[in-house]
Amino acid sequence: MKRRHYLGLLVVGMGIALFITLFSPLASSEPDGLEKVAENEGFIAQAEDAPYEVIADYVLPGVDNEHLATVLAGIIGIVVVAAVALVFAFLLWRLRGAQRPTSSGGRPG
Amino acid sequence: MAMIDPSTLQTIEAPAMHIPDGFLSGPVAGVGFALAGVAIGFAVWRTNRTLGERFVPLMGVMAAFIFAAQMMNFPVAGGTSGHMVGGALAAILLGPWAAMIAMTSVVGVQALIFQDGGLAALGTNVFNMAVVACLVGYAVHAGFIRFSHLAPWVRYAAAFAAAWLSVEAAAIACSFELALSDTSPLNVALPAMLGVHAAIGVGEGLITVAAVAFVAATRPDLVVAQVPVTED
Repeated sequence: MKRRHYLGLLVVGMGIALFITLFSPLASSEPDGLEKVAENEGFIAQAEDAPYEVIADYVLPGVDNEHLATVLAGIIGIVVVAAVALVFAFLLWRLRGAQRPTSSGGRPG
Repeated sequence: MAMIDPSTLQTIEAPAMHIPDGFLSGPVAGVGFALAGVAIGFAVWRTNRTLGERFVPLMGVMAAFIFAAQMMNFPVAGGTSGHMVGGALAAILLGPWAAMIAMTSVVGVQALIFQDGGLAALGTNVFNMAVVACLVGYAVHAGFIRFSHLAPWVRYAAAFAAAWLSVEAAAIACSFELALSDTSPLNVALPAMLGVHAAIGVGEGLITVAAVAFVAATRPDLVVAQVPVTED
């Protein structure tokens, strides 16, 4: 019962994240916050290119359709980010130093 | 120096709060790594003692949602866009320490795989978006939520205030880092960053309220931990 609870949370949560990604090609491409300030104040040119690129600018390389490339980049990102956070969280939970129950009751770390 | 062709400026990525390499001096970037390292280390120590089983899937889902939400740049006034940071939302639902770890996962993957935010600036970006945003968001929410018994909408006001202030706090941190790096003087960077992010923060607040309302409606068990024990 408990396990099913967590599985449902994962499936629904990941589903919502993936659903949002379908709309990522609609995202505004105007310069955003810091970028706009950097342009206005004249220090945007100081930005350096990355030493390497994997999926730069949230566009998957090698895909001709830019909308599709953006959605695919988003899906890859969601899966990778979720995997990293899950592994991190699982290790923290599994390797818990003190097994004694918390005295304050239910407050997360 | 040659004239800068405006068309090339558009190709340089410096999303809302993600500092690219080149904006920070070596010492500032180094201090950023040190502060982020200390904070994440403390977060690991705290969560390592208290992390409940239910936080494992929740941290993965929160990180995935925040990554997706950060891709959705929404337009704000003046030819500018912004996107959610998510630190306050994560802190409200996970507590500050687990939230820091989830946010670090997001910011780290963005820098390493998506070239969003610089590598040398990674420590500073983690400090701004994972540490400052989560701590401020959590503190503001915790301050307001004590009055949630007065009216049902207080919970949503708390979430909005936490989100808006968390974005402004990260913008303040970012401004100081730019000023200390001699990239932009504080009297220029601070008002500019605060102004832009005051608008972006409204979007952050609305998304955070919607997400908290959605979780409260569908999985109320996931938010009770953050509310003081009451008779309901």
